[in-house]
Amino acid sequence: MNYAAGIDVGSTQSKAVLVNEARAIVARALIDTGANVRRAGQRALDELIRSAAVGRDEIRFVVGTGYGRYKIEAGDTQVTEISCHARGAHMLFPNTRTVIDMGGQDTKAIKVGPDGDVLDFCMNDKCAAGTGRFLAGAADVLGLTLDQIGDISLKGSRPIRLTSVCTVFVESDILSHLAQNKTVEDILAGVHEAIATRTVGLVRRVGAEVEVTFTGGVARNVGMVKALENKLGLPLNISPESHYTGALGAALFALDHVLAEKRDVLDIAAQPAVWVDQ
Amino acid sequence: MQTQTAPDKDYRGTVHTLSRDIMTDWMTELKTAARVPVPSAYLMISGNCVEILRCFDILPVFPEINALQLAIRKNSLPYIIKSEEIGYASDNCAYVKADVGFTLCGGVGESGTIPKPSLIVCNFVGCNVYIKWFEHCASMMNVPMVILDIPFVREDKPSREDIEYVMCQLRELIAECERLTGRKFDIDRLREILRESARAERGWTRAKELCKHRPAPFDAYFDSINMMGPINALRGTKEAADFFDRIVEEYERMVADGVGVLDEERFRMVVEGPPPYPYYRNFRNLFETWGAVAVQSTYSTVGGTWEFGFCHDPDRPLESIAEQMIVHNLCNRSMLERYRQIKCYVEDWHADALVIHSIKSCRLFSAGQGDMREYFTKDLGVPTLMVESDLEDPRYYAEAQMKNRIDAFFEALQYKRLRQGGGGFSDAPAGTMKS
Repeated sequence: MNYAAGIDVGSTQSKAVLVNEARAIVARALIDTGANVRRAGQRALDELIRSAAVGRDEIRFVVGTGYGRYKIEAGDTQVTEISCHARGAHMLFPNTRTVIDMGGQDTKAIKVGPDGDVLDFCMNDKCAAGTGRFLAGAADVLGLTLDQIGDISLKGSRPIRLTSVCTVFVESDILSHLAQNKTVEDILAGVHEAIATRTVGLVRRVGAEVEVTFTGGVARNVGMVKALENKLGLPLNISPESHYTGALGAALFALDHVLAEKRDVLDIAAQPAVWVDQ
Repeated sequence: MQTQTAPDKDYRGTVHTLSRDIMTDWMTELKTAARVPVPSAYLMISGNCVEILRCFDILPVFPEINALQLAIRKNSLPYIIKSEEIGYASDNCAYVKADVGFTLCGGVGESGTIPKPSLIVCNFVGCNVYIKWFEHCASMMNVPMVILDIPFVREDKPSREDIEYVMCQLRELIAECERLTGRKFDIDRLREILRESARAERGWTRAKELCKHRPAPFDAYFDSINMMGPINALRGTKEAADFFDRIVEEYERMVADGVGVLDEERFRMVVEGPPPYPYYRNFRNLFETWGAVAVQSTYSTVGGTWEFGFCHDPDRPLESIAEQMIVHNLCNRSMLERYRQIKCYVEDWHADALVIHSIKSCRLFSAGQGDMREYFTKDLGVPTLMVESDLEDPRYYAEAQMKNRIDAFFEALQYKRLRQGGGGFSDAPAGTMKS
């Protein structure tokens, strides 16, 4: 059997996805990236092989993506996470025209064509304002985990207004609101709203065309989903696989190579989009 | 594992060796002038009137080039910090800060030695920060300063009054030069200098026109920067005009032989904005990895938009100098004029894409680039990439993020071609740069 793998080495976590020739996901892996980016790629692949119970030689092509993509020694080539998220989101939701990807240190708005191709994109600036890192900073100062803050934010009725979305200043900003006896719920509602406002600014720049698919680790945060939906005035597609979207896209790019080698002719258009959850 | 970095090669070719030679001669003149003073004057690149100084044998000194030289040699940061220590804000123009810091250090450094000028000529008033820069220099060095008030063009053409207003100021500058040198103004000498200017300008235009061919014989952004010294700083000299004759000869031969600057030209782009000089080579490689060549650039026209037909006219010496200062340069034109310029470049030079490099420490020229991006992407359907760093301050450049955006942009263009039947994959090929 021939397989293709995608490895997404992100700033916080590394994800890997294995697809077969029918474009179905057959395995996935998730590990913390840690300090050794080179090892993270290999560890993710090892975990993928273990969970799929396939031979390394059956994985015909590996595409690396994410900020650590050039450190993945097992990768045959690299594709940016922008192209990978577009491709992955298109497979998960074929009518996707806009992708919002919110990761550890960057947020992207991607305009996607009918075939999953990138038509345009915008990203946050060099600083990590308004990204997952900002949420982590807010959670830290409140003594909460990232998994908790989304739900709590939904209970806020009077969101506070943050003075900035600077990841460095968020802590002192939150402390000053705590000193004014604001509730944790209202503070977190304000935090999510601030990021949503900034993200929607990026989305408007490429144009918010339906359907909008939210990918990346932060898509698991229900508070962020709601805040974005409110600001955009549109529902968001959320997949249980949102965390793996980049790796999935990378695996699909890898599959192009596998199939091209097999058929000697590359014709993606002829391949139906099949999504088979395992 | 495939690497996606173009090999770090030297860029050879006549344009590089010749420009290095003649610019080195000029730098040597500056160094000599610092030791044995001769009349010299500060001048700005944008729409300058170097011919008038040359007419009096006043050595032109360009603080912008000083700053650029510091940055490209990766020496700008200590001077920027020096300026910040005396109170310049962190988001102030980094060109200004590098040059001010350099001046505070006596104008002596690895990039050369700059003489104390006899006169400071502020010939571009479109940027308030630039005026303050020259005022600060005049104050630090206790040197007389002349400000030429150049009307900003809001319509297609300047009015007759605009031109006469500038001509009147040029006469005042001439009087100042007469006082400084003790020499009488010689209009015939000015005409002779302008003849050489026009010869260089025609050469510039001819070279730029050759980039309409596929493959382009040179990169009209990165290689054109080597043409900017001769056209802006040395204009009016025989050496500058001969320089263009030589490079045009080489490029014509390349076009005739079907040879391009890249081994394989895969994408043709127009570039807006100056490059990040502290990471100049890295930045160029990010595009060359993708086989992307600039066929035109706006930055190369900050001194003059000669490719649209303007040349200095020896029969109308002061009038044509005034016209160039007012309207035939990128800086003194409105944003809408810049849109038109880029649109013409995209269409007539057959470009696939527009790349905007926005400058963090220059809000004057970067403001509006978001709208520019929207206009080209949404209204004209021209794929447009906008990236941001700085032309002088290395602290604003993040290689990984820059590469991510550039790679994603060309992946998308590549993928589009793939869908249209062009074949291949959306990942980058190995380095395609030609040495």
